[in-house]
Amino acid sequence: MAKTVLEFEKPVVELEQKVEEMRKYSDALDIADEIKVLEEKILQLRKTIYSGLTRWQKVQLARHPDRPYTLDYIAMMTTDFIEMHGDRCFADDKAIVGGFARIEGEPVMIIGHQKGRDTKSNLYRNFGMPNPDGYRKALRLMKLAAKFGRPVVTMLDTPGAFPGLEAEERGQAEAIARNLFEMSHLPVPIIVIIIGEGASGGALGIGVGDRVLMLENTWYSVISPESCSSILWRSWEFKEQAAEALKLTAPDLLAQGIIDRIVPEPLGGAHRNPQQTADTLRVVIHEELKKFRKVNPDKLIEKRVEKFAKMGKWEE
Amino acid sequence: MAWFRRSKVSINVNDAQRKDIPDGMWIKCESCGEIIHRSQLEQQLFTCLKCQYHFRITSEQYLSFLLDEGSFKEMDRKMRSTDPINFKDTKLYKERIKESMRKTGLQDAVRTGTGKISGMPIAIAAMDFGFIGGSMGSVVGEKVARAAEKALKSKCPLIIISSSGGARMMEGALSLMQLAKTSGRLAQLSDAGIPYISLMTDPTTGGVTASYAMLGDVNLAEPAALIGFAGPRVIKQTIGKDLPPGFQRSEFQMEHGFVDMVVHRKEMKETVTKLLNYLWA
Repeated sequence: MAKTVLEFEKPVVELEQKVEEMRKYSDALDIADEIKVLEEKILQLRKTIYSGLTRWQKVQLARHPDRPYTLDYIAMMTTDFIEMHGDRCFADDKAIVGGFARIEGEPVMIIGHQKGRDTKSNLYRNFGMPNPDGYRKALRLMKLAAKFGRPVVTMLDTPGAFPGLEAEERGQAEAIARNLFEMSHLPVPIIVIIIGEGASGGALGIGVGDRVLMLENTWYSVISPESCSSILWRSWEFKEQAAEALKLTAPDLLAQGIIDRIVPEPLGGAHRNPQQTADTLRVVIHEELKKFRKVNPDKLIEKRVEKFAKMGKWEE
Repeated sequence: MAWFRRSKVSINVNDAQRKDIPDGMWIKCESCGEIIHRSQLEQQLFTCLKCQYHFRITSEQYLSFLLDEGSFKEMDRKMRSTDPINFKDTKLYKERIKESMRKTGLQDAVRTGTGKISGMPIAIAAMDFGFIGGSMGSVVGEKVARAAEKALKSKCPLIIISSSGGARMMEGALSLMQLAKTSGRLAQLSDAGIPYISLMTDPTTGGVTASYAMLGDVNLAEPAALIGFAGPRVIKQTIGKDLPPGFQRSEFQMEHGFVDMVVHRKEMKETVTKLLNYLWA
């Protein structure tokens, strides 16, 4: 049951509460038929609501506080996870987590942004906004994976790289640039999945791969709708318009040739049934990894560079 | 109650306009206020005699003093944006492009090609801040990537002169992907053992810093150029404190280990020549 209810989720949740209440009396009263009718109504209502979501509403779903985060998925879809820490330079950034794990028995290096669920854990995780140390930690783990021939799976979910004073002092830009550079020629397969928010360079910093997937209700763009609104409209009030203009949903990005595949979520979003989402993801990741089992590393790298080289639109 | 009131707010001139070099014979230094004659300023490669302030200049001006005379051969001169996601904010993106084209006489925010520096063949890209804040969309990304490809194919060093506010919002995620595209080509260039020199000018921020600008085998910067990931205003908002003087300037970046050298514009060609002689000749 959702703890946080978004505006457009309200009609469904209200009906659900009604059914719940009716169930309490269903032993005493014969209202099974009525419950059935209501349940059917809920299903229909959900279908209508969730098929007609605006881009801004999808952004809200992607940020839903009950949505599963990287460590939740790791717990639900992998076995034998061993978390590793630190960039061997400066710190262990808590906004990026990673380590070896098994997916359907296959060993992988899994790395992702990590948000917190309440104020305390959000402060601990810096709201999922990495410092340079996070990107360097991710790179260290990827190189470790490459050294021992293990594929890499990354999960993107960040409101952006942290725009702080120390982050600049320690080279936020260099850390992200270095990752793009190194990920481009990492000699093992990389599968990238956007599981929540894919905000700009902070997301792409662990997002260069052979296959790029998006969960159904996520967004990925060059800037968040709020920041875009504040720069182009000079006010924070135009985030809905900015979200529309940026064309930042999974179907948008598939059409722009940026992602390879959309991974379906349960009706109403990943938070409605986290385990089901994780099960789907496990199957999909395993499927994707299989494609790269016998690929020669040089070919793999060449294809990866060419994949991103094709992106963009221009005329000449 | 004041007797006189300004009826229009006309005193706020935006930053980009302010720093363009005005036409006319006498030019006032933006930094120290020194009045300099235009011909003298040109002789000084648009740096202030008194305070060494480096004016923002165009790609054409940069190429004219960095490259050997008459050696520049432009590539992809006609490449232009198609407005891939039909972007509209308070203005149509299409209109913004047209306006910038009219204002600058350029097709987009970078010019690329081949040329020679002290007799050595090189591939080069030079950015124009005057074109939508030097922002990187599909065209900038593609042209820079092709310049790197050119360097790879003809086995000559690559030089990129950056001047940019970051990735271009009006092309959405496609702009973001240009970071990956250019970095991928640079990785190939590096694997082939061909040198790349990055030259950062005021300002180099956002997606351009977070991709090719920071990836040089050697990173050079002009004095006092703003170089960083997040803009100073955003950082100030985030931390709720004033930023220390010199924050995110070239000297700060060198102090923190991200820039090899801060080089005066007048010594740039000599420095690049020396470096190329070590790396390539």
